[in-house]
Amino acid sequence: MSEKKISALTAMSNKERRTIRRERMQLVVRNKTFLVGCSILGFWLILAVFGNFIAPRGASDQDFEFVSVGPSLKFWFGTDANGQDVLSRVILGTRLIVVMAFSATALGTIVGTAIGLAAGYFKGTFDMITMRLIEAISAIPVLIIALLAIAALEGRSPTLTVIVIGFVFTPNIGRTVRAAVLGEAELEYVAAARLRTERTPHILFREILPNVLPPIIVEFTVRLGYAIFAIATLSFLGAGVEYGSPNWGTQIAENWGNIYSNIWWPTAFPALAIASLAVSVNLISDSLLEVFEL
Amino acid sequence: MSATNIPTLELRSLEVAYTVRGIDREVLRDVSFSIAPGEAYGLVGESGCGKSTAAFAAMRYLPRNGKITGGAIFFEGKNIVEMADDEVSGLRRSAISMVYQNPATALNPTIRVGDQVAEVFQLSGVSKSDSLAMAQAALVQVQIADPAQVMRRYAHQLSGGMAQRVVIAMALASNPRLLVMDEPTTGLDATVEAEVLDLVRELRRDTGTAVLFISHNLGVIRNMCDRVGVLYAGALVEQGATADLFNNPSHPYTVGLLRCIPRGGLHKSADRLDTIPGTPPALGTHFDGCVFVDRCALVEDKCRTVQPQMVNVSDSHVARCLNSDKASAMPRSIEQIEYASQSGIHATHNGDTLLSINHLSKVFTQDGHKVQVINDVSFNLGFGETLGLVGESGSGKTTIAKLVLGLVSPEEGGVVTLDGKGLAKTLNRRDVHDVGAMQIVFQNPDQALNRRHSVTRIVGRAVERLRGFNVSDAIDRAHELLSGMRVEASLHSVRPVQLSGGLKQRVAISRAFAGSPQIVVCDEPTSALDVSVQAAILNLLVDLQKQDQTSFIFISHDLGVVRYISDRIAVLYLGRVVEFGTSQRVFNGPFHPYTEALLSSVPNVDGTIRKRIPLTGVVPSPSNPPSGCVLNPRCPRKVGSGYESLCESEEPDLNEVEPGHFMRCHIPVAKLKQLQS
Repeated sequence: MSEKKISALTAMSNKERRTIRRERMQLVVRNKTFLVGCSILGFWLILAVFGNFIAPRGASDQDFEFVSVGPSLKFWFGTDANGQDVLSRVILGTRLIVVMAFSATALGTIVGTAIGLAAGYFKGTFDMITMRLIEAISAIPVLIIALLAIAALEGRSPTLTVIVIGFVFTPNIGRTVRAAVLGEAELEYVAAARLRTERTPHILFREILPNVLPPIIVEFTVRLGYAIFAIATLSFLGAGVEYGSPNWGTQIAENWGNIYSNIWWPTAFPALAIASLAVSVNLISDSLLEVFEL
Repeated sequence: MSATNIPTLELRSLEVAYTVRGIDREVLRDVSFSIAPGEAYGLVGESGCGKSTAAFAAMRYLPRNGKITGGAIFFEGKNIVEMADDEVSGLRRSAISMVYQNPATALNPTIRVGDQVAEVFQLSGVSKSDSLAMAQAALVQVQIADPAQVMRRYAHQLSGGMAQRVVIAMALASNPRLLVMDEPTTGLDATVEAEVLDLVRELRRDTGTAVLFISHNLGVIRNMCDRVGVLYAGALVEQGATADLFNNPSHPYTVGLLRCIPRGGLHKSADRLDTIPGTPPALGTHFDGCVFVDRCALVEDKCRTVQPQMVNVSDSHVARCLNSDKASAMPRSIEQIEYASQSGIHATHNGDTLLSINHLSKVFTQDGHKVQVINDVSFNLGFGETLGLVGESGSGKTTIAKLVLGLVSPEEGGVVTLDGKGLAKTLNRRDVHDVGAMQIVFQNPDQALNRRHSVTRIVGRAVERLRGFNVSDAIDRAHELLSGMRVEASLHSVRPVQLSGGLKQRVAISRAFAGSPQIVVCDEPTSALDVSVQAAILNLLVDLQKQDQTSFIFISHDLGVVRYISDRIAVLYLGRVVEFGTSQRVFNGPFHPYTEALLSSVPNVDGTIRKRIPLTGVVPSPSNPPSGCVLNPRCPRKVGSGYESLCESEEPDLNEVEPGHFMRCHIPVAKLKQLQS
């Protein structure tokens, strides 16, 4: 008799498990914001990976017969003052900004998470010093830090830009993680882990970290949006990327003077590209916020 | 205003459903009861059976996804199901009030208490200046000393009992004809609970308000209510006058509930607690027959197909059971465990004492103030013995547990000795063997089990670390442990969130036993659980102790539970042991005055009336303890004992007043005995 009861209980639990999974999937799938964001981001990711095969012309191909011609069937996005195809340059510029934005955000998230975990778990003096440092860094505008660093190090490499942006993002993520860890470290499963002789790194990364992932994921997507803007801005200002490579920010910088001659297309299309990429990321972070109920 | 034969509240075949994931799920099934003017009606049942839903429905105040799908609710003869919304809110303003479980969240933290109470009067059109005077009078009515001063405070500056008094004052402000109380004393200490219940009883006598009283605590219901209804899975299964129902329970569920409670001197050495097998049905489960059929010891084929009707047991007592006449004699249900003992690793015993703690103290620094939470506590624990720690919240029970385990390090001079070996003060300095030898089961399994880890991982990792097993052996042992604790194999891979409260606590117990401990600290292990689950967990702990000679340090605010499971008991007050002795001695007297007050405040489920020894005032802050005996400002026996000046000037020692019975009191035990007889 008791056998039967227990299996009934199990069946219920299995059913419940499936229900929970289905419910969560539905929550994501039903969320139109998430779907729209994902489609746009997916579109740009495909271009970032397969851009070489998709772009109709090379990045530096010039055609002096067609200089600054408007959008047409031949040149969908028109050509710029150098006779380069705007469409191809937009497509080929995708990879750089996507890779840079993701690496910069990932770097900031990893470092920030480590700092936030330690600060929230150890508390005390370590926490106080880190938090004051973080506040000091956050007080300086992002662009100033980035421009200063790039000027001081005389570098225009994408790697340096990624490192600088990652550094600038560390405080925000660190603070978010710390706040989540403060509450989490008080929970008794942490004491239970200490009572089976777990070392501190295990407690931080295997016990606490999985429980503070939702805010980290959301913060990551929010930062990703900012990273896209920061990279575009820096390349517009001429810092952060090498000359010659196709790049949305640089494209705008090189062509925006021609807007007054009514040649809007070499500026407008890269600008739209930046906007749509940033918006897609923000749509995703909004919908995640909703699903995780943060 | 209404004729006396019209009940204040009447639910007639009320059906309520909650819409969850697009489907209507039945929460209340054909519930009918009525409350006469001035009557106190109690609703009992385990969590999730619809008690609170019934309370909210009585005010037509259901959650957004809830709706009344059938039946009627009459308030003084008027059907409020069909009433217009503003008419219902008018009733809520003037005639029906509610007191919720948690007073801390019922009060607005940003508004002064006085203004909040006054606001209720202003709603009924009283001017601002008058309302403040009325608020003060209302606080006097709920026996708040110094109401003028309390009115200037904010909610967080009130103790739990005080806050609940304020909430009651607000509920009574509109002079309601019906007061709905949903677990009003559940979060409070026994002594405070007793005071609040006394207050409610007195107010009821003075105002003649009808009360719908909801509680999971059968003792409280028995002491507070004229009539009682028992809810199970949203159906009223039994109803009757309080004494009739408790003395002659006639539904198997009621019988089971009453048998689960560790009551009236039951002790683990002689008595095993009954359990109710199985778990309550999921929300909205459909039944062709009786709702209790899956857990009933008297189940027959017809129970599954025929919906039982209410059967008269006596004039004032009905039960919804086809076998109500056999219910009180139904067979006992006792759960057994099959647990493979691995106690061999602690074969050597050095003497009789397993654990000895000496002169433990702990000082916390809070906002620059030193707060001595534990003051020179010493005791011994023998092999296979259970030591109960009791005391009000803030008495230092949990801190002592943490000091023993090494989670918190004691002040200079404190020594913890395990099996003859002095232990390092902090956990990090103790070796694996010492750490594994002492484990803990926490109060709240939701917080104690990592919600991102599977059950197997939680237990397996503990085996791996504490026993040095390799991963696959550790997993095998974890499965063996879990199955032994009756956590079914197919549940081993799930995460804790998918388990019921009782199963979670079984997982937590499995984890505590993973390292074959010599001592397990149980910190309120059953206070988050329903009584039927509590009984099963207590049985499990007793079995484990018998098999492995495991010793327990058992912390609980529930004196019935402590009495059942403990061999010896330490009563704590303000971080000091005030009484220490065998379970027998501590519960049978002569009592320390504090213990006496504590024991007298427990509402008794047998219905015997005891004289309550009140503890006046609140627990003093440990940062500024009273001079002399720390209990002296609240002591029920100080005045008239002839030792007043000594009590106020000198702190008494913990003296052996009888063989094996220690007390920290200036009043000689012979005198106490005489006062208490």
